[in-house]
Amino acid sequence: MSIAIGICYASAVYLLLQRRLLQVLLGIALLGHATNLLILVASGLRGTEVPIIAEGAATLSAHAADPLPQAFILTAIVIGFALLGFALALAYRCMRVLGHDDIDELNNTDRLDEVGH
Amino acid sequence: MNGLVAAPMLVPLVTAAVCTLLRRMAVLQRGFSLVGSAVEIGVALLLLVEVNSSDYLVSNMGNWQAPFGITLVIDRLAAVMVLLTALTGAASAWYSWISLPKSALSPAFHPLLHFLLMGVSGAFITGDLFNLYVCFEIMLLSSFVMLVLEGKAEQTEGAVKYVVLNLMSSTIFLTALGLLYAKAGTLNMADISILAQEAVAEHRAGPLRLGGLLFMVAFAIKAGMFPFFFWLPASYHTPSVPVSALFAGLLTKVGVFALIRLHTLIMPNDVLGHEILLVLGVATMITGVLGAAGQMGIRRILSFHIISQVGYMVVGIAIGTPLALAACVFYLCHHIVVKSNLFLVGGIAADCAGSEDLRKTGGMWLAWPLLGLLYLVPALSLSGIPPFSGFFAKLGIVSAGVERELWWVVAAALATGAFTLYSMFKIWIEAFWKDHPSSGFRLAPEQRSFVRLWPMLALAAITIAIGLMSGPLFHFCEEAALQLLNPNGYIHAVLGGRL
Repeated sequence: MSIAIGICYASAVYLLLQRRLLQVLLGIALLGHATNLLILVASGLRGTEVPIIAEGAATLSAHAADPLPQAFILTAIVIGFALLGFALALAYRCMRVLGHDDIDELNNTDRLDEVGH
Repeated sequence: MNGLVAAPMLVPLVTAAVCTLLRRMAVLQRGFSLVGSAVEIGVALLLLVEVNSSDYLVSNMGNWQAPFGITLVIDRLAAVMVLLTALTGAASAWYSWISLPKSALSPAFHPLLHFLLMGVSGAFITGDLFNLYVCFEIMLLSSFVMLVLEGKAEQTEGAVKYVVLNLMSSTIFLTALGLLYAKAGTLNMADISILAQEAVAEHRAGPLRLGGLLFMVAFAIKAGMFPFFFWLPASYHTPSVPVSALFAGLLTKVGVFALIRLHTLIMPNDVLGHEILLVLGVATMITGVLGAAGQMGIRRILSFHIISQVGYMVVGIAIGTPLALAACVFYLCHHIVVKSNLFLVGGIAADCAGSEDLRKTGGMWLAWPLLGLLYLVPALSLSGIPPFSGFFAKLGIVSAGVERELWWVVAAALATGAFTLYSMFKIWIEAFWKDHPSSGFRLAPEQRSFVRLWPMLALAAITIAIGLMSGPLFHFCEEAALQLLNPNGYIHAVLGGRL
């Protein structure tokens, strides 16, 4: 599992370094998934039972899974999905308005003589 | 259980929802947006008074006890930040109503504005790192949409850089959360603080430090620190004026606030060490101010100055003495007001003079002296000229540096101040003093209407008030700093008897 996460991170960084905007966004998406997996693994995959206190018992059984990481990941997935949706729409818009999706060409707002409108 | 504690998030949420419903009724929507902003200011003032008497206001959502439930905590710093957020939001909403031509803004502006305020206030009052992440995302997503509201080419391009770099920072934040949870088993800030203090005492703080450093990188990107600031000057000059004033005032400061929390509460007692932050802070000051020197666009110059000012605040956090932290808090108060005001005044000046390019502007002093005065108040304050608020903020940081005998930091801070003055006077000379390049330059009466200046007048009055009442205000900031430097008070307020 850790190796898989490592591969995810490596591929994500590779994609982030590409020149095309779509690949960069895919890199960000992959980075998000890698992070979600990382949370799952980092908090331990030991528990096998449902984390509900059994009838008559006062505490959770020792084999109960930790419910919190799943809640974190679920939230992160939802947020990540919204962000990615926006980013893809933005990339499409960028393509329509500027006519290309080459990151190296996206330097109009950084040029020294560029001053806004 | 104080219901008021959640109000800084609930009021903007309700306002945003109603504004969304009123999207087809422009006048009603603007009116409701302003009413909502006024209520936010009122709530923030109430909280400030309340927190001044009772130190900490804590509320556990749904009565789930900390550290298990969602905890909201307001200390002095959070209360004053919530007030500044509400003020900036109100100024921006007000400006969008009376200072822009009719129908210049999309009906989505007001709902987004209040969603953004909700995210920002939420980030200030949450007592839990995961909720900090969620609030960051609320804030980011609203800011993404606000940035491209008009869909112009340069907005799209600026937004690409802004979005990509901020999404990466969010991912780093989330990674740090995962690693910290693995080590600590909790994300409640007070709970982590206890664990961090124990870990330091037993010399096993290494793994926590890894998470802490990742947090630092994530917050540094949000704060626009060297070497992570590139998204800021690439995008802040592209949206409409009230949007960029709002961003300039609030967004980077959320990053600074998170850094304060990280260094005083979550990882106190030098778990992280201050050296990295100190060096980065000084580098941020210098690169920001030098970056501004070469620029010719009004809002581009101002954007670079956000970076250099963030440097001062970060240096304050890094020095970490009570005086330095008090100066940092004071700096935050002064900076948010001044910076939003400069963007608003700069926007009016550019609108009147016909361009943001300083080479194509001029003659504004003769055409409209009052606007010139309104520019001078925040500009002189930003450069740290007494008796304006910036002087006392810089004085605090510099004397904290002298106290610790960090002479190179003091020298960098003073030099940055001088360069700031240079940039502010460049705008002054180019836009206000020199003649307008086109000879028949006249302002139309509706452009010169006094009504447009109200939000800026209000912000300038606050700046002057901060300057004149700096004694009592600095005293309040000192109390806030002492509160920050005593994490056990916070822990006790949140976790109560379960220590």
